[in-house]
Amino acid sequence: MTIESLIPAHPTPPSMALPHPLALTRAGISGFPSPAQDYEGRTLDLNERLVKRPSASFFMTVTGDSMDSLGIQDGDLLLIDRSIEPRPGHILVALVEGEITVKRYQLKGRHPYLCSANPAYPPIPLEDLDCQVWGVVRSVIHEYPV
Amino acid sequence: MIGLIDCNNFYVSCERVFQPRLEGLPVGVLSNNDGCVIARSNELKVLGVEMGTPAFELKALLRQGRIRLLSSNYELYGDMSARVQSVLEEFSTGVEPYSIDEMFVRFDDFGQDQLLTHCRELHHKVRRFTGIPVSVGVAPTRTLAKLANRAAKKVPAYRGVCVLSAGSADTSSLLQRVELGDVWGVGHRLVERLALMGIHTAWDLAQADPKAIRRRFSVTLERTALELSGIPCIEMNDSDEPRQRIMTSRSFGKLTDNRNEIHEALRQFGQRGAEKLRAQDSLTRAVYVFLKTNRHRPDLPQYSPGAVVELERPTDDSREILRAVSQAFEAIYRSHYRFMKAGVMLIDLIDANRQQLSLLESPQSAEERERSERLMATLDALNQRMGRGTVKLGMPSPNAAWHLRCANRSPRWSTRWPELPSAKAK
Repeated sequence: MTIESLIPAHPTPPSMALPHPLALTRAGISGFPSPAQDYEGRTLDLNERLVKRPSASFFMTVTGDSMDSLGIQDGDLLLIDRSIEPRPGHILVALVEGEITVKRYQLKGRHPYLCSANPAYPPIPLEDLDCQVWGVVRSVIHEYPV
Repeated sequence: MIGLIDCNNFYVSCERVFQPRLEGLPVGVLSNNDGCVIARSNELKVLGVEMGTPAFELKALLRQGRIRLLSSNYELYGDMSARVQSVLEEFSTGVEPYSIDEMFVRFDDFGQDQLLTHCRELHHKVRRFTGIPVSVGVAPTRTLAKLANRAAKKVPAYRGVCVLSAGSADTSSLLQRVELGDVWGVGHRLVERLALMGIHTAWDLAQADPKAIRRRFSVTLERTALELSGIPCIEMNDSDEPRQRIMTSRSFGKLTDNRNEIHEALRQFGQRGAEKLRAQDSLTRAVYVFLKTNRHRPDLPQYSPGAVVELERPTDDSREILRAVSQAFEAIYRSHYRFMKAGVMLIDLIDANRQQLSLLESPQSAEERERSERLMATLDALNQRMGRGTVKLGMPSPNAAWHLRCANRSPRWSTRWPELPSAKAK
């Protein structure tokens, strides 16, 4: 049986322990509580920190450079939360002419626009019928080559 | 009050969340091995493509680019189903999955107006959070909730949410318009026999004397009649009708994180499900397994996962079903969570007697099939005579041969890192 045939379709990503050593050993003298005891089993969980609403959270990969100057680069991982009401200033994933795109939501005067961080790509009026919000980007994960 | 939440064209809707270009196009999803159509978008229904149409009959339409056909992606559907369910759990503490795309939800202590507002919000939120459109039908009984759901889907004025209260004018006028064949649990043969008694609509059946119905037909139909008149008497899992899915689930009666205990319980559910499957002469194409922690214990970490495993071919063989149950269990079980409930659902059932006709489903060889049938029949007979659980199957060995034909499966967008959707920054 290969790993591929397993199907983990769970909404809540399991907690992942950070690889730091746990201080589980007791101090030498028996009956003497270890100062580390209060911290037993406590690890930092990135899911807990980043994923606020698992049922509405999705991941996507960025392709393209139009959001570079906002710190969103080609190959970055986007964490999208569909439960958030979009507000000006938010980075959004939106459907533009049937394509999934990442843009910044901005007001120009009183009209809402989807903007890139690159002047080569003109702003798209959000009132266009061909344009629909998919979700709000909650965080961007950039992994450095190490 | 009890609500039935039904995901509209569920498989197709799941695909559309990540492939917005499919919106508005006639889209069909094929059974595993790409045999026949098991889900259709509204546009495909309009073209007259029926459920169960073999894929090869659609080749012409496909070549002309008039329709899109996708292989089934149960992993995606299972994940999206779990998401819908977990949004529903924000609206009610009593959510029971009835199938991968239908859930019964309890709403107690609501005023009529309050309930409508609550359900509208639910309708809106499920769509927004998960991308899946749903229809919501709420009524005093399950049978009425089914009808309310149908009305919510078909009558545009309801805008996806229909709340029926017992004895209201709305309810009676709906019942008068519903033909008996569309009532949950009333089959074609019954429709004809009831017509002879002058019972043509759901309303007629609700008005009939339940005792007389019981005498002339069955307890089941009596229950349906009572339910239509607003008296709840159908619980989950107790309809005698052949089902489109078979659900076996139970609470453990305590919280447990014991791997073996949970695994064994799931295997029992799987075995019980397989028995029910054989009793109604069906085969299953996929197995859905879920675990639940106790939502009423906010002090404990919560984790309520589910997973779908597709089977190599439609089967009623306990061994194949249990193998799938174990696979799903291994995929979702995590230690350190204390589970309260678990269940196994056999989904996408087909009629066993029709399966021989399907050349595309790569059925077992006749000999192999016969052997398996004899073994299963013996198993069921022994368990019936000597008490359930007399003969059980041991733990299976993992099977290496596990390849399916799924030429046109979309990526598993929401569950695999290498298959994430891409967002264009262009």
